[in-house]
Amino acid sequence: MLEVKGLKLRLNGKPVINGLNLEVKKGRIHGLLGVNGTGKTTLANLLMGIGYPDEGSIIFEGRDITKCTISERARMGITLAWQEPARFEGLSIKEYLKLSRNLDSNESESYLWMVGLSPAEYLNRAVDVSLSGGERKRVELASVLAMKPKLAILDEPDSGIDVISLPHIMNGIVEMSKQGSAVLLITHSETGIEIANRVSVMCAGKIINTGAPEEMCQWFKDNCRTCDHIGEPAHEGA
Amino acid sequence: MIVVNEYEALLEAYGKAGGSLDALRSKEVGNLVIHKNRVLSANEVKGIKVETEETETGVNIYFLVEEGAKIKYPVHLCFGVLPKEGLQEITLKVEAQADSEVTVIAHCIFPNAINVIHKMDADIKIGNNAKFCYQETHYHGESGGVKVIPKAKIRVGKKGIWQSTFTLIEGCVGMLDYDFEIFGEEKSINELLVKVFGKKEDDIKIVEKIHLDGREARGLAKSRLVLNDNAKAVVMGETYGNAPFARGHVDCIEIVNGEGVIARAIPVVYVSDKQAKVTHEAAIGSIDKKQMQTLMARGLNEEEAVDVIVKGILR
Repeated sequence: MLEVKGLKLRLNGKPVINGLNLEVKKGRIHGLLGVNGTGKTTLANLLMGIGYPDEGSIIFEGRDITKCTISERARMGITLAWQEPARFEGLSIKEYLKLSRNLDSNESESYLWMVGLSPAEYLNRAVDVSLSGGERKRVELASVLAMKPKLAILDEPDSGIDVISLPHIMNGIVEMSKQGSAVLLITHSETGIEIANRVSVMCAGKIINTGAPEEMCQWFKDNCRTCDHIGEPAHEGA
Repeated sequence: MIVVNEYEALLEAYGKAGGSLDALRSKEVGNLVIHKNRVLSANEVKGIKVETEETETGVNIYFLVEEGAKIKYPVHLCFGVLPKEGLQEITLKVEAQADSEVTVIAHCIFPNAINVIHKMDADIKIGNNAKFCYQETHYHGESGGVKVIPKAKIRVGKKGIWQSTFTLIEGCVGMLDYDFEIFGEEKSINELLVKVFGKKEDDIKIVEKIHLDGREARGLAKSRLVLNDNAKAVVMGETYGNAPFARGHVDCIEIVNGEGVIARAIPVVYVSDKQAKVTHEAAIGSIDKKQMQTLMARGLNEEEAVDVIVKGILR
């Protein structure tokens, strides 16, 4: 479904994405594991069309979308949930969920239930600063679910999340996959990555290993937790 | 006959502008309809007394909410000038007596204005423990030929509540010179909110002043502006904490969305009591890039995303 080939990006003269290759398959959760500063968010942005690479290509369903805009990619079925989602004064959660599709109220309610939020309490609240970080992330996930995307890029959905919100978010991601979406689950922590079908480890702007979740978590612990390759050429993959 | 025609024409404009015609026709709902300097309709309800005096250029209004009266339905006021030219000067004296409670919804309608001036000079007294919510919404045509000059001095008694919203987002503003000043006594709540969508050559000046003179008085001076084309705006939000434990906040956001726009915010926070606290935040700038990207990642195009953000801010 998604193929990234030889992606490169330099920022301020430094390579941030450094010849990255990645494949995400339809209906699968693909984990992307890497310590802070390895270029995960930059990659998420490039996949969504927020900025363009210097080299390489992004192929989605057989089509080269490297030069496509954010809106064009969204209309193809790609979406992104930000690590720190934007807040919107005056926009209700109900309206936010309906941005991509005209949902009826039952559907809107079902997406909130999926992320553990009570519709009676939340549907008419604003997507603004009155929501806690965990609530906002759950709303973001509900909005991605509501879009029924072909590919959802989730940038650190688990970071900064309280223990009550985390299982709801993870359930929401699994639900998305069950509904047929491919998910790129980006995270810096092994916690939660076990829901992925496959995991790639990212270091210094490139993928250095890919495999089964358990194996990759162990490999990540052994090789990356003490590694200081941020901004430097990556160590060789196994 | 002329009055009837004016009344029907104004009601038609009022309905088109989103006003509730049922409310104006209901005997259970207090209302007052004024076209230029003519009082076309007035309906008092229990607990409310309204006296009017037509002058050469407008109407003097005395509006009383009796002590302890809790008015069930919002009272509707409708001010309008339908011709292309005209002057309307409204002098408004409001007295909400102790323990009363009312919501007043005012619609100001100038759909055809080329050279219309609408002035309001209000002297408002909110009694102890009384609550007064005032919502003023303007409907202008696209020519920008209106000068709107609303001025109000509001005195809010102990534990009294004043909450007002001034909204001008339909049509062109023209020239707006808004100046509301509140003096809040002990434990009063004093809130001013202004929402304006400026475009073309609109010229906007907003002054919101809150004096927190009583112990534990609270105040919020909030403004939300979106400016397109060559619109110019200055917002002066001022809050004075003059008593122990008075708490005030000035909050201004101006979205700049046009090449010729000039936006200024001049917040004043002043404290003359060591136990009072006043804060402010002001942000002027273009539409937030991350908000745009988020909406576009849900499939909206750039224009649709701007529309969603602007409508939210001005809601």
